Amino acid sequence: MSFRSAPLTVPTPPEVKAGLFTPEIRAALDAQVAKYPDEWKQSAVMPALTLVQDWNGGWLSRQLMDDVAAYLDMPAIAVYEVASFYNMYDLEPTAKHKVCVCNSISCMLNGSEELIHHVEHKYGVKPGETTADGRFTFKEVECLGACRHAPAVLIGHSYHEHLTPAELDKLIEGLG
Amino acid sequence: MTDKITIEIDGRACEATPGEMIIAVADREGISIPRFCYHKKLSIAANCRMCLVEMEQNGRPFPKPVPACATPVCAGLKVQTRSPKALEAQKGTMEFLLINHPLDCPICDQGGECELQDVAMGYGRDVSRYVERKRVVMDQDLGSLIATDMTRCIHCTRCVRFGAEIAGLRELGATGRGEQVRIGTFVEHTMAHELSGNIIDLCPVGALTSKPYRFQARAWELTQAPGLAPHDALGSNLNLHLRRGRVMRVHPRENEAINETWISDRDRFSYEGLYSEDRLTAPLVKKDGVWEAIGWSEALQLAATRLKAAGASLGTLISPAATLEEMFLAQKLTRGLGSNDIDSRLRQQDFRADANAPLLPWLGVPIAAVERQQAILLVGSDIRAEVPLLAHRIRKAAMENEARVFVINPYALELTFPADQLVGTPTANLQDLAAIAKALGVKGTGSLKDPLAHASPDAGHRAAADALLQAGSGLILLGALATAHPDYALLQALASAVAKAAKLNLGFIPAAANAVGAHLAGALPQVLPGAQAAEVPGAATRAMLAEPRRAYLLWQLEPGHDLCDPALATQALGRAEFVIACASHRSPDLEALAHLMLPIAAFAETAGTLVNVEGTWQSFRGVVPPPGEARPGWKVLRVLGNLLDLPGFDQDSQAEVATEVSNLCADARPSNALRGTLKASSAPAADLWRIGNVPLYRLDLLVRRAPALQRARGAGCFNAHLHPEQAAALGLAAGDEVIVRQGEASVRTQVSLSATVPLGCARIPAAMAGSEHLGVQIGPLSIAKA
Repeated sequence: MSFRSAPLTVPTPPEVKAGLFTPEIRAALDAQVAKYPDEWKQSAVMPALTLVQDWNGGWLSRQLMDDVAAYLDMPAIAVYEVASFYNMYDLEPTAKHKVCVCNSISCMLNGSEELIHHVEHKYGVKPGETTADGRFTFKEVECLGACRHAPAVLIGHSYHEHLTPAELDKLIEGLG
Repeated sequence: MTDKITIEIDGRACEATPGEMIIAVADREGISIPRFCYHKKLSIAANCRMCLVEMEQNGRPFPKPVPACATPVCAGLKVQTRSPKALEAQKGTMEFLLINHPLDCPICDQGGECELQDVAMGYGRDVSRYVERKRVVMDQDLGSLIATDMTRCIHCTRCVRFGAEIAGLRELGATGRGEQVRIGTFVEHTMAHELSGNIIDLCPVGALTSKPYRFQARAWELTQAPGLAPHDALGSNLNLHLRRGRVMRVHPRENEAINETWISDRDRFSYEGLYSEDRLTAPLVKKDGVWEAIGWSEALQLAATRLKAAGASLGTLISPAATLEEMFLAQKLTRGLGSNDIDSRLRQQDFRADANAPLLPWLGVPIAAVERQQAILLVGSDIRAEVPLLAHRIRKAAMENEARVFVINPYALELTFPADQLVGTPTANLQDLAAIAKALGVKGTGSLKDPLAHASPDAGHRAAADALLQAGSGLILLGALATAHPDYALLQALASAVAKAAKLNLGFIPAAANAVGAHLAGALPQVLPGAQAAEVPGAATRAMLAEPRRAYLLWQLEPGHDLCDPALATQALGRAEFVIACASHRSPDLEALAHLMLPIAAFAETAGTLVNVEGTWQSFRGVVPPPGEARPGWKVLRVLGNLLDLPGFDQDSQAEVATEVSNLCADARPSNALRGTLKASSAPAADLWRIGNVPLYRLDLLVRRAPALQRARGAGCFNAHLHPEQAAALGLAAGDEVIVRQGEASVRTQVSLSATVPLGCARIPAAMAGSEHLGVQIGPLSIAKA
């Protein structure tokens, strides 16, 4: 019996699933689940968490993670593992905007630390914190996969590459 | 893939099966390779990297060292486990593992038996080069059984894989990333699985340790002695760890045919009950309502006089967990006095099948064969509470063999494998089984005529019948809740008919460690030693209590907790002239009902033999002295036999008694075939049934006194558990105080709501504080607001 093929939990009854999230979210989740074979339903956990996080205004509560687990017939802990591993999931409430500076090797060699220090000083936030005025949440994240134009910063759903502190300031000032 | 190949490990030629992992071959050959994450019963993770070895195939060396646990063997393979390159890799891994591991061995419970410590000694550097700050991880509260020190964790993930693969309940996980990885439950969560204690053994470091044993002893102070679990009918093999005449902790002893490498938490932590405050340490006699200690000779003389006076009007009730030797001598004593009234089926209420029931019932197949079944029908069994490791075998059948599992039970079970559950009242349980029988084409004759005539198989029953019929090997098992059923005789007959029609094996899951042995020892009214039918059957438990005897001999049981009908027992024992209780512990009900209490040795304190569910005889030695004046049970019975001038009481050792029984059992073969046809009609339906299941940690006297287990979830809750709709129909809400009544017996309790209980039932557990005031475990009940 291998770790993967072990059925990981007792399936949630359909009537319980029908009460989770909203009909739109459920339809979107089903569309993700349909991409994988039936017995690999849990493969949809990452898009599911992304969907639910966006729906919830940018973060995942424990209840929402439990609901995703129930919807995908996974043990809750397996969802916590995924949600706590990846930087794009937030487990605490965040501001509307997230400024995510990559700190992996290529970006670090090309000045991401300078960006980080700049944001820390100018806006008075440490990585993981939200500015006092609640405009944005500052995050230091693992590789964004944009090494070619390092340093890279992710704001919302947009990549910004080759940034200097001044350019980053401009982007931040442009946030609503 | 049966062709063997030959590979070379450290210059030694080893035979191997293609596809096996290098580490498995090395283990078989006795070549040691260090490892943390690899465990032969778990899937391969290859994440600790400690087992790196150097390898070459057909003269071509591999560029990098490979993990022995995840590298399959192939022809022409040469492995070096101690070459300079391998050693360098192992040393490097060790250094990384120790970066974040605290140097707190002196205060760590694992110190002295720690895999990390041992491997660091063998494969590590002598001085650490690491001077930076170490990681600190908050501990988690996993409940009363497992202590955590998560800073020590090296992320081998054995405990995580155990939960997913063996327990079937993922409670632990690895959350976070990189240096932030934590093994834990992530949220506040108490470990609830009945096998959770095995992660203590699996943990290679001191991150997960036994909570009751915490800071009690050091590994090098302990001596190890083999033992046998005295609770469920599996007879799990144990290693008892002792210090100065005291059992300090219990570990599993590997036995692939019985418990593999695991034991249940009940077997692991019940030893604590040996040291409870209420151990009986001297013979006690009740004089004017006050208990007084007396000497053994005086006590035995008194017992002998009273037993002689009672003669044929003696009733003996003996625990189904008593040893074969105790059972044999107890029946010899009882029968020698002219009474045939001895019984060990304490939780059974329907004895109508006694004349037809098999003389040596058993599991029907060897324990290890359970996992090879293709279909299993469980009738009346909360299998995870009754025999946790048998539930594990059934899980293996369901998961690895894709066996279909069907359950007929008076409440829905939380199972760790897929199963189709037919949940209903006891009447409905009988009808469900009859419907499956009908769907299989069983013709109703004799007492089955009526249930089959009323049966109307639906799609579910037909699906079950089809699956059972199509299974090449299938098993139908009757559990403890079937045994306590008011129509157990009919359930047996139906199960037997279903087994015949679908060509399945019929099996019984006995109540306790030596219930099968009771048939060999003759500790039943209708069975003589050697599993021979008695010509004149005596009275069974219920008859013995319904028509009170002049005297009773109670062996290692609490009348309020260990009998199917505590109210009846209290009444009958209260009317007896003399009640002798031989027990390891005193208890309020024994103190109220007995006249003489004789202290006997418990688990680990006496030698004996237990015959497990598959009929395997297993003997064990006494490894710690019994407390105070307590004596091995067989000796007490032997001396009583001598004082009563009965023949056949001249054995000098437990082994001699065992030999005597085994000589009588030379021809005894386990068989579950019913003898003759049964004549019985089904019990009347009730408006509301009480379902008195025995919770996991309330099974016997010893378990009920183990404090850590009593704080765990399996200790049960003495509430009236009702379906929300049932409660609403009765005008009750959660938390309401109610009086529950069974005949004249009644007790006050609280309502809990649970959708697992079917309509028409109230699950009120047995063997709980409060349940001694109630009647039969499964029977009609009324409930009213207090």
